[in-house]
Order: sequence, then C-alpha cells, then structure tokens
Amino acid sequence: MINSLTLFVTYIKNFKVLNQVRCASQVLPQFSSEKYKVKRKPFGTIEASDVDYFKTVLSEDRVLTDDNDVLPFNIDWIKNCRGQSKLVLKPKTTQEVSTILKYCNQKRLAVCPQGGNTGLVGGSVPVFDEIVLSFMLMNKIISFDEISGALICEAGCILENLDNYVRERNLIMPLDLGAKGSCHIGGNISTNAGGLRLLRYGNLHGSVLGVEAVKADGTVIDCLKSLKKDNTGYHLKHLFIGSEGTLGLVTKVAIHCPALPKAVSVGFFGVEKFEDILRLYANAKSSLGEILSAFEMADNDSISSTAKNLKLPNPISDYPFYVLLETHGSDEAHDSEKLTRFLEKEMESGLILDGTVTSDPAKMQTIWNLRENIAAAGLVEGYMFKYDVSLPLRNYYSLVPLLRQRLGAKASRVYGYGHVGDGNIHINVIVPKYSPEASSMLEPYIFEEVAKLKGSISAEHGVGFRKPQFIHYSKDANALQLMQQLKQLMDPNGILNPYKVLPEI
Amino acid sequence: MARVLVGVKRVIDYAVKIRVKPDKSGVVTDGVKHSMNPFDEIAVEEAVRMKEKKLASEVIAVSCGPAQSQETLRTALAMGADRAIHIEVAGAEYETMQPIHVAKILAKLSKDEKADIVIVGKQAIDDDSNQTAQMTAALLDWPQGTFASKVEKTDSGLTVTREIDGGLETIKTKIPAVISADLRLNEPRYATLPNIMKAKKKPLKKMTAKDLGVDLTPRIKVISVEDPPVRQAGSIVPDVDTLIAKLKEGGHI
Repeated sequence: MINSLTLFVTYIKNFKVLNQVRCASQVLPQFSSEKYKVKRKPFGTIEASDVDYFKTVLSEDRVLTDDNDVLPFNIDWIKNCRGQSKLVLKPKTTQEVSTILKYCNQKRLAVCPQGGNTGLVGGSVPVFDEIVLSFMLMNKIISFDEISGALICEAGCILENLDNYVRERNLIMPLDLGAKGSCHIGGNISTNAGGLRLLRYGNLHGSVLGVEAVKADGTVIDCLKSLKKDNTGYHLKHLFIGSEGTLGLVTKVAIHCPALPKAVSVGFFGVEKFEDILRLYANAKSSLGEILSAFEMADNDSISSTAKNLKLPNPISDYPFYVLLETHGSDEAHDSEKLTRFLEKEMESGLILDGTVTSDPAKMQTIWNLRENIAAAGLVEGYMFKYDVSLPLRNYYSLVPLLRQRLGAKASRVYGYGHVGDGNIHINVIVPKYSPEASSMLEPYIFEEVAKLKGSISAEHGVGFRKPQFIHYSKDANALQLMQQLKQLMDPNGILNPYKVLPEI
Repeated sequence: MARVLVGVKRVIDYAVKIRVKPDKSGVVTDGVKHSMNPFDEIAVEEAVRMKEKKLASEVIAVSCGPAQSQETLRTALAMGADRAIHIEVAGAEYETMQPIHVAKILAKLSKDEKADIVIVGKQAIDDDSNQTAQMTAALLDWPQGTFASKVEKTDSGLTVTREIDGGLETIKTKIPAVISADLRLNEPRYATLPNIMKAKKKPLKKMTAKDLGVDLTPRIKVISVEDPPVRQAGSIVPDVDTLIAKLKEGGHI
C-alpha cells in the first residue's frame, strides 16, 4: 500500500523535475568573461592572508576554497554563465556580512552575493574572481504575526519553506514561482521577482514591508519595520528591491502574507488564436472579479515540448494556445458558481475550445507543474536563449512569430508563454548549440522590437550580467545617470556585484 | 453487453496534511479538502473505457456518504459514467460505516440494477481497509479479480492481470464478476469542460441504506487514532570518520 501510494504521489507531484534537468548535462559552460569578452576591473586579488582573516570572522567550515566546493557557486542554473571565484563565504548573521563587506571595501575585493542561484540573467554568479557571499545559512524565521500577516525572516530562507511555514498558520507567501524550492527570499527581493500570482497579490514593492540591508562599507541600514504605512522620509527599502545586490545586500526581510485561500480552482483551456486569449482575459476579469488569481498562457510548442521532454501529462489534447486560469477565494460554493457561469458562457462563445477545471489539489498541481516546468523543459533540447519581456497586451505575442520567421531553420524551437495578466511574456529560443551567429540574430534585434512597442526588455528576470548593455532600450539617459549616481553614493568602490545591472560608462 | 457498477468514495484529498482529532476518535474532516479516492478514479476510468470499447452498455457510479458525496459522483459522471446513485449516510452513522456495509449495499444494488461487473478501487486511502471488493464478491457469490493491473474481455468472461508480491498473476473469470483496481490499471482522464457541464444534467438517484434493507450497525469499534511517531531531527557531521564513529556508537554498523 505504502509503496503504490508513494509512487502515485511522486508521479503526480513532479517537483524534482527541475533538479533532474539541472543534472542532465555535465559539460561545464564556458567562462562568462571569455564567452562575452569582459575585462576584469582593477579590484584587489584574494591572498592567503584574506582567507585567514575570513576564517577568523567565520568558522573554518564556512569558508570554502576547494575548487570542487566552489564550482557550483560559479555556474548559474541554466548553465549559461560561469565565473572563476576561488572563495565562498557563508555568513550566518548580519554582523558577519557587515564585517566581511567592511574588509572587502577597504581591500577593494569584489563581492558577488548569492541566494538560491536560480536567476536567469547571470546576476547571481561571479564573472571573474569575486568572492561569493552565499546566504544559505541565513535561513531563520525571526517572527510572525498571525493577525497582521507580517513575516520577518533572514534573507537566505527558501521561499517554499516560508510558504509551508505560513500555510500552517492559514496564510500564504505573496509570491510564488517555479524556482520556489531553491530560491531565497533575499534573492527574490533583490531581483524583485514576479512569479505566478502577481496578478492577485501585487509585486514586492507592495508586499515587502521592510528590509535590513548592508551597504558596501559594512553599514547596516535598518528599515526592517513591519508597518503597512510609514511615510517618514525617503522609502529606502525600495532601493534594495530589484537592484540585484548592486546597492547593498539584503540580510533581513519583513513581508506581508495574505490569507490562505479556502477555495482554489484551476482551469486549463485550449484556445484557437492569441486574440481569443485577450478577449478571454478581459471576460475573466469582469466575470470572476476578485477571485481571479492567475491568468497564464502558453503556446502549443511550450506545452507539447514540456509534456514530451519531461514526460508530464497534458490533461487536454492539442490546441494552438493554452490558458491556465486560477481562482483564490474564501467560499467554495460562491467561487464554483461564478466559475461555472463564466465557463459555460465562454464555451458557448467559442473562446474556450475545450478544457478541464478542477479543485482537487493533486490535479491542480499536475496542471501547474506543466506550466512551471516550461522554463526547464527546453534545456533538454539544446542551448536556450531566454527572453523575459513586458509588452502592451495587444502586442503581447507578436514577437514570437517574428522571431520564428527571422531564425527559420536555425532555431529548433521558438515558443512563448507567460503571465498575460501582467503583460509579461517569456520567449525561449532553442538552438541545437550556442553560436555567436544565432546570438547576433537575436540580440539586439529583439530588444529593438521591444523598445519600438514600448515594452520592457526585462519584465521580471532583471538585468544581471546579461543585459546591462541593453538597459538603454528601456530606460532613458537621465534615468540611467541617476542610477549611476546612486551606485556611486552607496558603493563608491563598485565592489558589490560588479559587471551587473548598469552599463559601463 | 455488460452493465458496470462502480463504487466511488469521497476521501480526504491525499495532498492534504492529515490532522488527528484531539480526542483521538478520528481525523479532522471539517473544512478539509476532499476528492475521489484515487483508486476509485482508476476504477471509473476502467469502466468508462469499457463503455468506449463497446464492452459495456452502461456505467453506474455509486457512493455512500454525506451530501457532499454527490460532488464525487458528479466527478464520476463528468469522467463518463451514465448515471449515479447516492446512498445517503450522514453524521455518526457515516463515521462508523465499514466495508461490510458498503459491500452489502453494492451487492444489493448489483442485483437490483442487474449489473454484470462491479469495479471498485482496491482500497480507500483513508481507512486502507482493502475489503469492499472481496466482501462484495462473497456476498454475491461472484468470482473476484482483485488488484487488477489489466482487464480484458474475452468471449467467456474476463482475463484479469493481478499485481501480486514479486510479479503478476493472470486469471480468467466468468461474468458476472467483481474487480478491484490497482494503481497501474490505467491513468484516469481529466474531465473535460463539456463533460463537466453535461454531468450536471445526468440522473442522480438518492437512496438510503434502509431502502436497500442494509443495517448499518457498526461491527467494529475504533479505540484510538494516533499520529505516527515524529521523526527525530538529523544532525550534520563534519567528516566521514565522525559519521562512522557515530554509526558505531548507535550500534548501526
């Protein structure tokens, strides 16, 4: 009995897929500095005396210098970037982070902060020999107020662990994303992660109540209040949300957790054409109102390749487009009545060709798995160029056919999927092998097109190492100049996550 | 063509973390998400496939339980069952309901409905009894093919492949027969929207155990329901030598 049920559970809850894919290819990626031709900045180099110093700050087992130990910290999870760091530090307290940064700042030693290392733009791995500062041991929950929903914790807490913790207390984390099993809350905040439920619960600039961060010179900035309203002076916490560790390192977080929905339903539908998805979205907003918590789309290539490559079941048959719709509410009967009325109407109108709807947790998980694993599924087929852009909804999908046409047979697959509700589409281009030629056909072309449509070249993945040279497509010169000034003010020696976010001047 | 009766039970969804009631009389079910027993879902799927292959003329889903069991029956109807029978058993009576009672109900209904095949899940994931199929077969004096991982129709009856310890056993039975579905029998489908809508209009008959002349007096008394012992926290050791020393210390090697 136990065996067969475990099998049943693991079969449906395919949480480990991401890790399997991660281990699938054993070839080490090329050094980022060679692949993207970057020159090392004149930072100090680590000497034996530095390592000895760090060993006095941290215990010996929290200072990694062995090549094999350091290697995983040098490679990002899509195996696109590889740094050459020789040193990983694992602080346990804000004080330790502060001491380390103070020393690094004096010695001009560059630092690369790292959370769960699930970023997609190379922001979380070093480029040269930056010291990796891993937050994995700063994983304690400090306090939780069950009435206000304010959770205060350290930056290295894994999102899924936090979600499980607050769920036991009838609340949920305000964000959810495919990498939840590995990503850290500190990384989520530093990258302003969006995810699957942004439509309902808003982005982190709204749900983060407070932040404690350490500046490059070791100064601890304590904005860790758990208040919803606090208009006292400049809202400094926002500087650390989305600045990708270039202005300071987030060490603690206060975040607002919404109520655990008592009733959840997931629908998965087949749709004929993209225009129908937009109409369906507009109708869903007006018919479902406050219970609509996610509205996701994926094209046929996204779903069929994920189902095939990762052997995940597709609950419905082949359609040109798919929509995943989720509702979060407090009353099952009320939600199901609304949802049924909406579905009946849209089946009749023909916007929904076919589909399924369920409120069984296991079945909902299977459907979400299919959606969440699209990102990982392409890695099996070759090298993946990933783009994460925001576009006005009218033009949401228009880049995918453009890119298919432009690349022709050079790409084995071009597909688009994403968060329609947030105007955010992910476009993956799979080529059999990385080539500068394919790269030059895509970049900067895709960013130029996004700029023409008044979109953003990075919706939720950030700028990281991969996109500073393209940031100007989405931000004007004056805005960029102010960013440079802020960087100069907060990190005058530029030791925090160098080569990332801002372009060279 | 055969008429198939399928038993479906509403159980706490297996993704839900089970909590034991403070008085140890059972588990908390109020406000907890329920779904169809996964093995019963496999049973429904098998019956529906029989109908699609024109081996069955009609699929009747049966569920014994409180009013919410009708949701489970609607799920079965949405998967493709033709009609449903709800035996309403509520409150204290449902709490003490046991496989023998369900078997008596299924046996009586099989006769009344002139069923040729009864399919149920091999067990429900809440009480893990694994008795209903066997008892139903005994009461009806029909052959049984339990733990089925494959069911084929032959001229004279059914060929059933059974999952047994260390392998598979193939048996032949005559019809009428009782089958219990094991995990690998099939992969249940997702109910499609048109079928979910249609299911709302399919006939669902409500009855009581009394209507069928089945006495629900409990035969077993539950003394205590308890949580399994909590697993002790692990510890991280610095190196292999310490690990070996620790294992020796604990008498494991």
